Amino acid sequence: MGSHRLGGATLFALSARQVTKRFPGVLANDRVDFDLLPGEVHTLLGENGAGKSTLASVLCGLYKPDEGAVLRNGTQVRLTSPRHGLQNGIAMVHQHFRLVDRFTVAENVVLGHRNLPFRLRANDLEDQVAQVAERFGLPLDPRATVGELSAGQRQRVEIVKALYQGAEILLLDEPTALLAPPEVEKLFETVRAMTQAGKSVVFVSHKLGEVVDISDRVTVMRDGRVTGSVARGEADTRKLAELMVGRDIDLSPRRSRAAAQETLLQLDKVGLTKDGIERIANVSLSVRAGEIVGIAGVSGNGQRELAEIVAGLQAPTSGEILINSVRVNGMGTRHVRKAGLAYVPEDRLGTGLAPSLSIVDNLVLTRDRGFLVDRKSALAEAEAFIKQLEIKTPHAHTATRKLSGGNSQKVLLAREIFAAGDHSRVLVVCSPTRGLDVGAVEAVHKLLDEARSAGKAVLLISEDLDEVLTLADKVLVLYRGSVVHEVAGTEVDVEAVGLAMAGLS
Amino acid sequence: MNSNVWILTFADAISIATTLILATIGAILTERSGVINLGVEGILLMGAVTAFLVGDGTHNLWFALFMSILVGVAMATVHAILTITLRANQIVAGLALVIFGTGLSQYIGKPVEGKSRPVTIEPMHLGKLSEIPVIGPILFGHDIFTYLTWAGALVCSLYLNRTRPGLVLRATGDAPATVDAQGVSVAMVRFVHTILGGALMGLAGGWFMLARGTAWSQAATTNGIGWIALSLVVFAAWRPLRAIAGAVLFGFTLQVPYTLQGQQINILPPEIVQMLPFVATLFVLVALSTPRARKLLGAPKMLGQPFVRDER
Repeated sequence: MGSHRLGGATLFALSARQVTKRFPGVLANDRVDFDLLPGEVHTLLGENGAGKSTLASVLCGLYKPDEGAVLRNGTQVRLTSPRHGLQNGIAMVHQHFRLVDRFTVAENVVLGHRNLPFRLRANDLEDQVAQVAERFGLPLDPRATVGELSAGQRQRVEIVKALYQGAEILLLDEPTALLAPPEVEKLFETVRAMTQAGKSVVFVSHKLGEVVDISDRVTVMRDGRVTGSVARGEADTRKLAELMVGRDIDLSPRRSRAAAQETLLQLDKVGLTKDGIERIANVSLSVRAGEIVGIAGVSGNGQRELAEIVAGLQAPTSGEILINSVRVNGMGTRHVRKAGLAYVPEDRLGTGLAPSLSIVDNLVLTRDRGFLVDRKSALAEAEAFIKQLEIKTPHAHTATRKLSGGNSQKVLLAREIFAAGDHSRVLVVCSPTRGLDVGAVEAVHKLLDEARSAGKAVLLISEDLDEVLTLADKVLVLYRGSVVHEVAGTEVDVEAVGLAMAGLS
Repeated sequence: MNSNVWILTFADAISIATTLILATIGAILTERSGVINLGVEGILLMGAVTAFLVGDGTHNLWFALFMSILVGVAMATVHAILTITLRANQIVAGLALVIFGTGLSQYIGKPVEGKSRPVTIEPMHLGKLSEIPVIGPILFGHDIFTYLTWAGALVCSLYLNRTRPGLVLRATGDAPATVDAQGVSVAMVRFVHTILGGALMGLAGGWFMLARGTAWSQAATTNGIGWIALSLVVFAAWRPLRAIAGAVLFGFTLQVPYTLQGQQINILPPEIVQMLPFVATLFVLVALSTPRARKLLGAPKMLGQPFVRDER
């Protein structure tokens, strides 16, 4: 293994030197430099596809760089696998946890540790795991089954797993994506405990707001390149956003400008009990024409069930749903759509769009149910949308699965908002910007705002709190299937909403 | 009807269970790694015909069984290459193995069709133990493989639950990406256990031929036992020790028709009675396929899913 030492006074715990990584058709990392000090929290900030996760994957040994080098304590290392990375004290906690749901916490933590004895004694392992967890202030029951833990607890399991295997450098990929605000605070405490113990943490994130709080240094990436690296206090979020996107973007709040009109969607004491578990409890809400009502909450608190009930995919076990004053509960999707509902599901490719069908055919899907397909008018419509919404596609007959997330979402929104016409005046939208980059987020928000201005009643169900706060005229918080907090969009107290999301109100 | 007949029926049930346990454990090991091998019936047939032919040629019992195991290994290796390396559909590949095994065993077994078995696995003499009334003949009149199989199920259970490789195996069936991230080769874990499973299935076929079969007859030798073994995996909830109980139960339903026939009891036409094990299999599978049962049973989560590391 070739190795050389760099001169200079500072010895970095981990560095990338001119790292280049190509994927078919994509230059994911283009001569990237990155330096991590011991005991530092360093954030890699960038949009989706900016190359930050690729860089993290190179740093932890998952990907091999095509060019350039990775240095550990100033010495070049050629990492061949994540295991090899671990042997060098580098561990990555992925956004999608790599845990075995059916195993206990202890089993998950020790899994893959090569120095385990052949025969496993559960008690010994549980004690060891509890010790590691305690040392870093991570409360965990080693006997608990991982499948029953919350997202925050699972993340702790991942962190304990990395620490148990001797990690000195922890790469956290989008660690706050699944957490409620108080859990984020808890994570930050853990991160501080780790840095105090001399460990370094790399935060991979696209959320501007939170990285400023925790980071000692922020390195911003765009299109595979580093666009800037700033120390704490040197830049505000606006400046960082510009480094991220390359232009000034407008993510300021959008509110309704007209006075709200008649109620188009009404839920009255809606409940859903499935397998003996109450998924939705007594939810009442109303959405008026020209208004966006936002449902905030941590993933898995009944958002999906609520959306599916309104969309007619599931029948509520109690309560009433009225669309345009027509009672629709339990009538099925077709009836609900007929009553005037348009639906943008969370799963945009698969549930929302048919991935292998073209843009044109996807538009035809929800049209009048004649026997023959009228492609001609649909084609004209599709081409108009492509132009108007700046959808990047070779042509209107391209299969939707070939589009990027942002572009396929635009197609879906175009169909549900505009192609449906004046007939569909109620729009239910679920996590419309999940996985989209900042530019696409801006476009989607603009579209939803336009729908509102066009007099639609929009129910926005999103796990992205910022999104709800940016768009909604009324904010409701869903916790364990109940609405636990309700406030006008202009009077939101973020802290109160955060506490409600965690069930602490 | 005298009680001796029923004692013999129980004894036979336990004896037949040997094949079922071997094949079921083979399938459990395979499925725990996330690979489903529907080719059990084909491997059993090939194991049986191999044991017969090799036994016929060499008159060496151990060599015959060894060759059965090798044939099982070879067929499982084909399945592993198809499904793990080439990521073919596991269901289709498994069914192909059945068709292949049925056809080839018929073809190479043709010259010896109807010939009586060349070598025999003899029961052990356990002295005083086998003279205990009722229990003696039921439990202690079997050959060494029956007892080894029980021990094997125990070893397999300990392996799964108390050892490091067992932990990795269980994780591979449930969350291959996790195992991969830990630097363990998912393909390797799957290969090893698919092939190990095939070896046990081959032995199951060979043992059945030389211990239970009187003559080679492709149509009647395994008689669907491979399919029963596959449903036993579900019945046993992928746990080796439970497979013993399930196998004895199904062994009993397999044996009862012959007992009834022998006693000239004709409540139902024999064809119907012989269908019982398969009807029971259907019922078991239907009952166990409800979502709640599925959750309780704990099928490996990624069963039947090829693993591809997501490098975009």
